[in-house]
Amino acid sequence: MSLPGCYPLHDAIIAEKLTKYYGDFLAVDHISFQVRKSEIYGFLGPNGAGKTTTVRMLCGLTRISEGKAYIYGYDINRELVAIKKLIGVVQDISNLYMELSCYDNLMFCAEMYGVPRHQRKERVMDLLRFFGLEDKKHVKFKELSKGLKRRLAIAAALVHKPKLLFLDEPTIGLDVKSKRQIWNLICKLNEKGITIFLTTHNIYEAFRLCDRIAIVNRGKIIAEGTPTELRKKVSGNKIIELQVSPPIKKSTILDNVDGIIDVNIGRDNTIYITINDAIAALEGILKIVKKLSLEIVMLNLRGADAEDVFIKLIDGTEKNIGSSTRR
Amino acid sequence: MIDMLRLEDIIKAFYIAKKDIKEYYLKPPTISWGIVFPVAFTLAFILKGGHHAQEIIPGLIALALFFGTTSMAAASIVFERKIGSFERLLLFPVSYIGIALGKTLSSFMFGMVSLFATLVVVLPFILNIPTYSLFLVVVLILSALMFSAFGVFISFLIKDPTNTMMIFNSIRLPMIFLCGIFIPISSLPLPLRLIAFLLPLTYSVEATRFAINGNYDVVPPIESILSMFIITILLILLTSIKIRRTIP
Repeated sequence: MSLPGCYPLHDAIIAEKLTKYYGDFLAVDHISFQVRKSEIYGFLGPNGAGKTTTVRMLCGLTRISEGKAYIYGYDINRELVAIKKLIGVVQDISNLYMELSCYDNLMFCAEMYGVPRHQRKERVMDLLRFFGLEDKKHVKFKELSKGLKRRLAIAAALVHKPKLLFLDEPTIGLDVKSKRQIWNLICKLNEKGITIFLTTHNIYEAFRLCDRIAIVNRGKIIAEGTPTELRKKVSGNKIIELQVSPPIKKSTILDNVDGIIDVNIGRDNTIYITINDAIAALEGILKIVKKLSLEIVMLNLRGADAEDVFIKLIDGTEKNIGSSTRR
Repeated sequence: MIDMLRLEDIIKAFYIAKKDIKEYYLKPPTISWGIVFPVAFTLAFILKGGHHAQEIIPGLIALALFFGTTSMAAASIVFERKIGSFERLLLFPVSYIGIALGKTLSSFMFGMVSLFATLVVVLPFILNIPTYSLFLVVVLILSALMFSAFGVFISFLIKDPTNTMMIFNSIRLPMIFLCGIFIPISSLPLPLRLIAFLLPLTYSVEATRFAINGNYDVVPPIESILSMFIITILLILLTSIKIRRTIP
């Protein structure tokens, strides 16, 4: 049953203990979260974390095993047709119709979403223009490049002007240029007020695009917050990136320096030094550089980046979570 | 369990059918199994049949229609399920019964194309035969709908797309011998006769025979029409339930 009376006005999605079992395998483990209207909410996690299953449950392609979910106040278990009118979904595969042209694909989607007849043509042409596909209007879907296919798939999900757009791994398999074009489109759509639920395993993508991120692993949300909040969770450590000439080949040379937690040497001989006391570590490193008469090529001190946050959080849960099976 | 069929769903079913026509009518399996094969075997049997041809023509028309409609269903549904575009239909605000009806309509329309091709071949041989022409139109339309619904239902039972034509042919080919096209049902042993009554092609062959030749073997024309109507509705409903169950 929908909750028009008590439904929080600022939430586009409310998920309460959302769970999915495939047989005995627990794919999504009692997760709860809220997505606010007009935000970009990221679901970041490694492959098999339960991201796609969550999206599939929220748009009715997979049954919910346990828990509840509401989209704009409508109960997914009972009011799916009403929900489908409010959402657009871009799946992780570009699954439009191969033999149809870009125009025909969008027109079919407009018909199926019930766009009024007199608005369809204009709506389709507007989308083709917005997505830079106007000159591909009569080109069959199967003849488009991967990047253009993904763009058309996003356009197809927007044809009925949804309030909420699900993007499941929208840039997977795309080259850098296409990826950036999709990112720009996502930002533009969000500026128009569309709420976006984005799943990705691309850490940079999530931290660049999302207002809030849930980091998921093994079906659980292990951390949630703005990119800044997530960085703060692992902000105790900083990293020194050091290149010297001639290069240092053995990390053991820094073994007795205070303030150092870990040392790794990259393939380009850059030394990545994880530290917990910047002053002590820098003093010790400079002493060694001077003693060995090395020339500093590059010295960089930085805080934890998105990847560090992700790896640290994922590693933390890997140790704590056992096998995910039906209880 | 079963959705309500609303006007909105019927309209969307037509959109699905229109899309399928654009997408699949020129696919090689659709053309070869849905038009070339039925026209070829109809012509072959008529030429081979000599003066007996007029007795088997009604059955051949029904059989050709059966191949035409079911081939389209196989091409559109199994292929879409294979590449993942069938899921797109599940994302649209349309009921499962609306999807089942849409897929049935696209097969039905292709069946009409296939029927036209068959009739072009057959007509010269039945010009002098008295027929109930209006009844024939009703029978052929209803037959096409029933076969389409049958093809759509079977398509949703197929798990491995590479086996599609093998499964379809293993269902279709035995029907040639069980549904009264060449061998009268009344002359079949009792167990086979009982099986014949379970097969949709039987009722179409019987009704088509009545419309063209003015006689029937075991099922009176009105009963054939009613049976076809009930089977069609039942198959569409079963398909909508099957679609719902495909959701993991």
